[in-house]
Amino acid sequence: MMNKKLMLGNEAVARGAYEAGVTVAVAYPGTPSTEITEFIAEYDEIYAEWGPNEKVAMEVAIGSAIAGARTLVSMKHVGLNVAADPLFTVSYTGINGGLVIMVADDPGMHSSQNEQDSRYYAKAAHIPMLEPSDSQETKEFVKKAFEISEQYDTPVMVRLTTRVSHSQSIVALEERENINLREYQKDFMKNVMMPGMARLKHVVVEKRMKDIAAASNTMIMNTIEIKSTKIGVITSGVPYQYVKESLPEASILKLGIVHPLPRKLIEDFAKKVEVLYIIEELEPIIEDEVKSWGIDCIGKDILTVQGEYSANLISERIGEQDLHLSQPKSLPQRPPVMCPGCPHRGVYYILNKLKKHASGDIGCYTLGALPPLQGMDTCVCMGASISMLHGMEKARGKEFVKDWVAVIGDSTFVHSGITGLVDIVYNKGASTVMILDNSTTGMTGHQDNPATGLTLKGEATSVLNLVELTKSVGIKRVRVVNPFNLKEVEEAVKEETAALEPSVIIASAACELLDKKRVRIPFFIDEAVCKKCGMCMKLGCPAIQKKDGNYQINDAICSGCTLCSSVCKFGAISKVGENHDN
Amino acid sequence: MTINNILVVGVGGQGTLITSRILGNLAMSLGHDVKLSEVHGMAQRGGSVVTHIRYGEKVYSPLVEIGQADIIVSFEKLEALRWKHFLREDGIMLVNTQEIDPMPVIIGTSTYPEDIILKLEEECKNVISIDALSRAKELGNIKVANTVLLGLLAKNMSIPKENWIEIIKTTVPEKTIEINVAAFESGYTA
Repeated sequence: MMNKKLMLGNEAVARGAYEAGVTVAVAYPGTPSTEITEFIAEYDEIYAEWGPNEKVAMEVAIGSAIAGARTLVSMKHVGLNVAADPLFTVSYTGINGGLVIMVADDPGMHSSQNEQDSRYYAKAAHIPMLEPSDSQETKEFVKKAFEISEQYDTPVMVRLTTRVSHSQSIVALEERENINLREYQKDFMKNVMMPGMARLKHVVVEKRMKDIAAASNTMIMNTIEIKSTKIGVITSGVPYQYVKESLPEASILKLGIVHPLPRKLIEDFAKKVEVLYIIEELEPIIEDEVKSWGIDCIGKDILTVQGEYSANLISERIGEQDLHLSQPKSLPQRPPVMCPGCPHRGVYYILNKLKKHASGDIGCYTLGALPPLQGMDTCVCMGASISMLHGMEKARGKEFVKDWVAVIGDSTFVHSGITGLVDIVYNKGASTVMILDNSTTGMTGHQDNPATGLTLKGEATSVLNLVELTKSVGIKRVRVVNPFNLKEVEEAVKEETAALEPSVIIASAACELLDKKRVRIPFFIDEAVCKKCGMCMKLGCPAIQKKDGNYQINDAICSGCTLCSSVCKFGAISKVGENHDN
Repeated sequence: MTINNILVVGVGGQGTLITSRILGNLAMSLGHDVKLSEVHGMAQRGGSVVTHIRYGEKVYSPLVEIGQADIIVSFEKLEALRWKHFLREDGIMLVNTQEIDPMPVIIGTSTYPEDIILKLEEECKNVISIDALSRAKELGNIKVANTVLLGLLAKNMSIPKENWIEIIKTTVPEKTIEINVAAFESGYTA
């Protein structure tokens, strides 16, 4: 009997890599791609590591592939921006051992700062791209991607979206293929991309893409289901599933390869149906190309380029059904919040108290931008907090940035904050940078990074010393504070922002969720002492609530972090079991 | 071809994901095709979360659509109101009476709606509420509140009780089997 397992799309990628004989896997965490590499790390047969950022991860993967190993590198859509430089040129060099690049898009922006469509990268970099629609296909397509990679000497991209990465469906498990390392031979005409070689390789790239385009017409990842010829749909990825639910009578061409497109297959399908719809989330990439061939089709005229699709949406827009869907009530929203006990909370409380602006960055601490802390003015991309603050200083002068700090997490600082700090020193800036060091990559679910002392495989390793690092780039004013000691944080922020030279404050305390076994003794508010001044509420702690006019601490979620008791001027908040008879 | 559509909703951190995965694996072990759609990343940090579970002979979409859910299990009262429109007309709303104030309520820019259970009863045909947190506290560990809710869900589904208990035993840490089974019973007999 075949062994089957309910798997996340991301776990299916890992399984596919395992079965394809991959021996090296690299990534930087990013929702919704993170679990791919965590699952891969569970296989002893595969070496897996977190790179400090996606560019490094991509380069490690290219090196590994050129050295002859089947290699998988994974990232989220915006991570591909960081890795775009090597991406465009590995398209020219080609590979040796197969190289598959997993990229996870996030339509609807469940956990992202933009909604870019990675298929544009495949087109722009002249790299073939596959797109699966569930976990079983994901596993199969990853294996297929390695075959195409080695057959055509090209990296191959596989595009996932949140609903593939983070949906579970049943996967049939197969044996691992034993793939030997391919022999490495020095070949500078292939692997050294200087203008003379690159001009020759560009010719090879164009021919390769033409060959793959021709072959794509018969690739088994593309499937045709002919039913009624009144409606034909070309789709790929998870929208295929919505089409199957909403248009059961439609004929469907499901594309497994989304770049290059199988032109003949599409042309033949288009001829068979009366009305042709292209159903793709985000950008009209298939649609634009199909229209450029002179084929009539309907797509973004009636479907949006924003957010996720659904079976209901397709039923209404194409099935012309009026579903009379009831709408959600207008209710208090429940945005994500910093957890009770989060070490970032105290830092934002102080920034708020001192009326400091913050140039922000990507991580859990981005949540400090929301009320009531509202401690962030800007947030663009990984690492931008530091360089953007420097730009502000150069635009408006040192006096202006005395009211500002940059806030960046430890993992994000290592990812792409260091170069910004070098820039501040080099170009004589005076900005203050706060590194919120919670000893983990928090938002993506606690991955280790160079500053934590552990590898992805859980082995002890050298710890990147953030104090020594920031000093070594030329920052003279570096200090470490405990973010639960509000007085210490306040003094540091006041002094460092006032200084006329660049400074770094490292607020160091581990993420509350890291140590699950720690005994947490909750705090409580003594109603007899409480003056109802509301100071504790300014922390924005989800454990403190106002019920029937009284402030209360929810003991089911209080972590006992002490912050609320240290902001209470009346001593009304204390640990359960302390300063009290019961 | 009947597809079972279940929505598990709550607040990030309440354990909705584990409950959903237990149900997903149970459905698979009974020979069904199964799809689950989960929420990871930013939304897990105390935000409103939802897991979709669909099983039957052949499941395409991983998402339960508006008006399609046979059962909604809400780990928090306000979240039941938020996701109510996903329930089909004669679907069942199972709601934990626990209240967790969202940040707009905490900072006073919004108020926590009153009489949620009454409002649910006005608009849904079948509403069953339970104080899972108190039941878990009585059993000695507030963390098993989600298993109490699982018991209530099991009671309202057609899968035999033994199958549920079996999957709980293979899913939870060994030391907590006893309390989890007790929590399941508490919800099942509520």
